[in-house]
Amino acid sequence: MITKEATAAAPAPPRTAPEPPRPAKRRRAWDEAPRWQIYLPLGIYLVFTLIPFYWILLFALRPAGSTSLVPWPMTTVHFEKVWTDRGFGTFFYNSVLVGVVTLLMTTLVALAGGYALARFDFKVKRGFMLALLCSQFVPGALLLVPLFEIFAGLQMINSLISVIIAETVFQLPLSMILISNFIKNVPYSLEEAAWVDGCNRFRAFRVVVLPLLRPGLIAVGSFAFVHSWNHFLFALMFLNNQEKQTIPVGLNTLMSADSVDLGALAAGGIIAAVPVVIVFAFIQKWLITGFSAGAVKG
Amino acid sequence: MAQAAAVAKPPTPPRRRRASATPRRLPYLLIAPAALLMLGFIAYPVLSVFYYSLQDYNPTKPWRNGFAGFGNFTRIFTEDPLFWDTLVFSAKWVFVEVGLQLLFGLALALIVNQTFVGRALGRALVFSPWAVSGVLTSAIWVLLYNSQTGITRYLADMGIGDYGVSWLSDTSTVFPAVVVADLWRGVPFFAILILADLQSVSRDLYEAAEVDGASRFKQFLHITLPHLKDAIILSTLLRAVWEFNNVDLLYTLTGGGPAGETTTLPLYIANTSVDAHDFGYASALTTVAFVILLFCSMVYLRLSKFGGEK
Repeated sequence: MITKEATAAAPAPPRTAPEPPRPAKRRRAWDEAPRWQIYLPLGIYLVFTLIPFYWILLFALRPAGSTSLVPWPMTTVHFEKVWTDRGFGTFFYNSVLVGVVTLLMTTLVALAGGYALARFDFKVKRGFMLALLCSQFVPGALLLVPLFEIFAGLQMINSLISVIIAETVFQLPLSMILISNFIKNVPYSLEEAAWVDGCNRFRAFRVVVLPLLRPGLIAVGSFAFVHSWNHFLFALMFLNNQEKQTIPVGLNTLMSADSVDLGALAAGGIIAAVPVVIVFAFIQKWLITGFSAGAVKG
Repeated sequence: MAQAAAVAKPPTPPRRRRASATPRRLPYLLIAPAALLMLGFIAYPVLSVFYYSLQDYNPTKPWRNGFAGFGNFTRIFTEDPLFWDTLVFSAKWVFVEVGLQLLFGLALALIVNQTFVGRALGRALVFSPWAVSGVLTSAIWVLLYNSQTGITRYLADMGIGDYGVSWLSDTSTVFPAVVVADLWRGVPFFAILILADLQSVSRDLYEAAEVDGASRFKQFLHITLPHLKDAIILSTLLRAVWEFNNVDLLYTLTGGGPAGETTTLPLYIANTSVDAHDFGYASALTTVAFVILLFCSMVYLRLSKFGGEK
């Protein structure tokens, strides 16, 4: 309780006191770049970023064979074709399932491990940390064959479980390192204060630490979702059945056809992009704070 | 963090009793799920790759399977020109991609870190390709580059270049074409990480520098860059490993072609194992790639003096 009050009281006065003179001073410093130095390069870069997005929209919305540069008259025929005839409805469902389960598993397992790494000293800790770092150099793509044999042994080929496990495993190391850093940034004294107040370790963690981890967890979880949503090789290798495939595999099938149906490809691409772009728009703010949380508080 | 630990030290006596009340096994229980998953699905496959690298193992030619000693490795270094070609291309690919992504990502982060009207929207738009997958990137750039209705057609309408050009199937244009496609998606990664790190630079430093009359460029050189150093080292390393290993984009955009012009080592390995079923040889290649990657990373971290003060 004492520590809580102390930490709450200490930074407050300096924060409020020099506030008035600051704005004037601040503007003179680093922020002072002339406007054109911001808008010109940003504008050029935005053109480069947005043309590809516009291009795919254009191809998805204009009728096949049209060369107009505006998607008018607009048609949804490509979307209908891709969603029903090319199975993107099923692929979409599979991808959502894989993404959500991977997100949950990665976050839970990484949270447990990250807490142990942040709060305990135990015998194998250094070795475990080293293993986490080394695993970053293990290329998942190069383990396709042994992984295939393992999943074949477990009778999981053609089951989404194989893809979920593979995605989770390769997300884990980085997620765990990130989460343990987030936890380290929550003062241990807060948890100890909760113990004194009669919480057990788990309850103290849930009530005191977990709420503070929210930005970090959102960043890690969205990473896991987006990665598994986007990832292609595991699904390509482990799922042979058309009914079980995911969106990236569906896109690849469209692309590797002898004569590519550009309208269908564009519509499929937009279906693939929409969920990720929405997730991204929501989490963008947390993404920055999530990554910088450590430095700000430390 | 050091401070927090120091602060937490004094009230040790009451804490001890609590800590000893939690079972010794707790940390092990907590890391068990992660450890088991990684043992089963990373460590075991890695070991089996090492094992197969010493074997002749090809499911389609079982009569030749058996112990090969270092035969696969001598074949790599003495008889396989493709290994060297793909290794050189991998190096070129990683170097160009990571270098350009860092350069543009840093510039973008500095720009969107300024205060200006429309900043939130600008950030969201600039970062948006980050979330786009390799396969989707391929799909988009297949649309852009295709010879009939791609961007070249409209450029030709304006008198630039010829009709019916396909940048992806011409050996002289394919490299810049795939580099640009991957840049489109890769730059936001650096921009996001660097922007996150920029949030923690102390304002006071800039104000002090301002008082001392340092120009904005000098402030960047002496305050911003040193502050970003560790973040830059770590993100370039992670990205380099990722660019080396990731085959989604090249696999779907060019398939390593035309004429093997864009085949990286991992792509070559994937083709050797998936198409040719030569698992033994592919495993040996994987082992070599792994060692090269680890060695380069060590050298890089040593040279860049990562985490200087430790």
